Amino acid sequence: MKRREFLKTSAFGAALAAAMPSRAMACPAGLRGTGDLAVIVERASGSVLIADTTARETLGRVEGLGDLSHASATFSRDERFAYIFGRDGGLTKLDILEQVIAKRVIQAGNSIGGAISDDGRLVAVSNYKPGGVNVFDARNLEPVAEIPAVYGDGKRSKTVGLVDAPGRRFIFTLYDAGEIWIADFSKGAKPSIQRFADIGELPYDALITSDGRHYIAGLFGEDGLVHMDLWADDPKPRRILGGYGRGEKKLPVFKMPHLEGWALAAGRFLLPAVGRHELLAVDARTFEEAGRVKVHSQPIFAVARPDGRHVWVNFAHPDNDTIQVVDVPSLSIIRTFKPGRATLHMEFTPRGHEVWLSVRDADRVDVYDTRTFEKLGELPARKPSGIFMTARAHTIGL
Amino acid sequence: MRKVWIKWLLLSSVAAAVLAGVAHAASMLGPKRQAELVYLVRQDCGSCHGMTLKGGLGGPLLPEALAGADSESIASIILHGVPGKPMPPWTGQLTREEAVWIAGKLKQGFPR
Ligand code: HEC
Repeated sequence: MKRREFLKTSAFGAALAAAMPSRAMACPAGLRGTGDLAVIVERASGSVLIADTTARETLGRVEGLGDLSHASATFSRDERFAYIFGRDGGLTKLDILEQVIAKRVIQAGNSIGGAISDDGRLVAVSNYKPGGVNVFDARNLEPVAEIPAVYGDGKRSKTVGLVDAPGRRFIFTLYDAGEIWIADFSKGAKPSIQRFADIGELPYDALITSDGRHYIAGLFGEDGLVHMDLWADDPKPRRILGGYGRGEKKLPVFKMPHLEGWALAAGRFLLPAVGRHELLAVDARTFEEAGRVKVHSQPIFAVARPDGRHVWVNFAHPDNDTIQVVDVPSLSIIRTFKPGRATLHMEFTPRGHEVWLSVRDADRVDVYDTRTFEKLGELPARKPSGIFMTARAHTIGL
Repeated sequence: MRKVWIKWLLLSSVAAAVLAGVAHAASMLGPKRQAELVYLVRQDCGSCHGMTLKGGLGGPLLPEALAGADSESIASIILHGVPGKPMPPWTGQLTREEAVWIAGKLKQGFPR
């Protein structure tokens, strides 16, 4: 019953409800922090849940966010606002405390995620159509800059792997063109753009390490990844882990892997291979291969517990009912279990004591203890996909 | 009468497609399987083509976008994938009949 009262059925409803006593019940003093809150994407219904990860309960639902397949979120520096990037080009600024949409714009026809600048003033969105990156003022979502991803004879490329980098920069990768671009906004609203061409065939995603030093893009069209050391005087993309597929035929990939979620442990980090049922361990100093782990199926996310000791892995359709946990020092699988069909995403609490899993087909978010692997609770959610905790606000690249 | 049609479709899928035999093929899939296929297309094709099928990493799968291709060739792409590109082959998870059914529905405007 109590839960029912908190569920806001629309942005309008939420605005009304904001004035109602039910909200005061959530925080008797009328005040609360946001550091332990999470935004859970309900992909099919264009809504998000706002959840309290300490109480393990839903505080409210905000609707009207459009097509949220493949949606992701970043957070304002004060952790009050989430910027939610929808598939349909929608960019929504969500007020997490008031549980209302503060501002929403449709900024392109088809998009794939975004990033917020280190100073928290710019929000960038990566677009498939029209291919490029659009940049907005984080306060009011007014347009600041448009960066069309033009290549060849005027064609526009889909963009992927958009991240923020220190120095008010955004870095992204051109899927069709095989290029990496660095857009530097340190001098104001007009970026200076550095282009790196011929990085390889069909780069599909990228990550930046949380020290802001290494940008790594995965390639679909060839074996290997591309690495850029952004601390170098003259950063250049270079191929790493070339030929990791050993020339064997790729297995079919029913869902593209994500590279985000890496973490350093024992001097290496683990990334999903593409077209192979393996994780690749990369030596964090040399960027050479440091081993492999055979896993259940095509890995999608390989997310490190924040301390880095374990990596949790989920898988592509039709094996997406399974989670495996890898012990990083020994590169061995220590746990395999099945939370349910379409376990799409995993998010660790900031210090890693719990992990939250979205189990889409069961309309549920499950909470697990990361040391005992015991299930601690569950929250109802409509076709949940991404789970984003506010602590992301303070990590480079998230 | 219908039985004959279905037989013919199996014998000559090309001719069947020309004669809009797709609709007859549909009658061979039970409603439960059809619902599963709708879910699969929305959710799992949707991860690359968008849940609304307006496109993502893969192009749009809306009637306008597929107007130039017949159901048979669309079904072939579904079953065999696009070599060298992220479009995977669905043979093993989908029968030819199911792929033809999906192709036909995509061309008409895919059910919710
Ligand atoms: C892992 C990503 C992925 C998944 C999953 C996927 N596709 Fe595709 N698909 C693609 C890409 C990428 C292309 C474009 C290939 C190219 O560049 O020629 C494509 C192309 C196609 C085409 C050819 C028309 C076009 O747009 O070029 C059809 C038809 C198609 N897909 C149908 C499906 C169906 C039906 C499913 C689900 C059963 C599905 N796809 C699942 C990535 C995917």
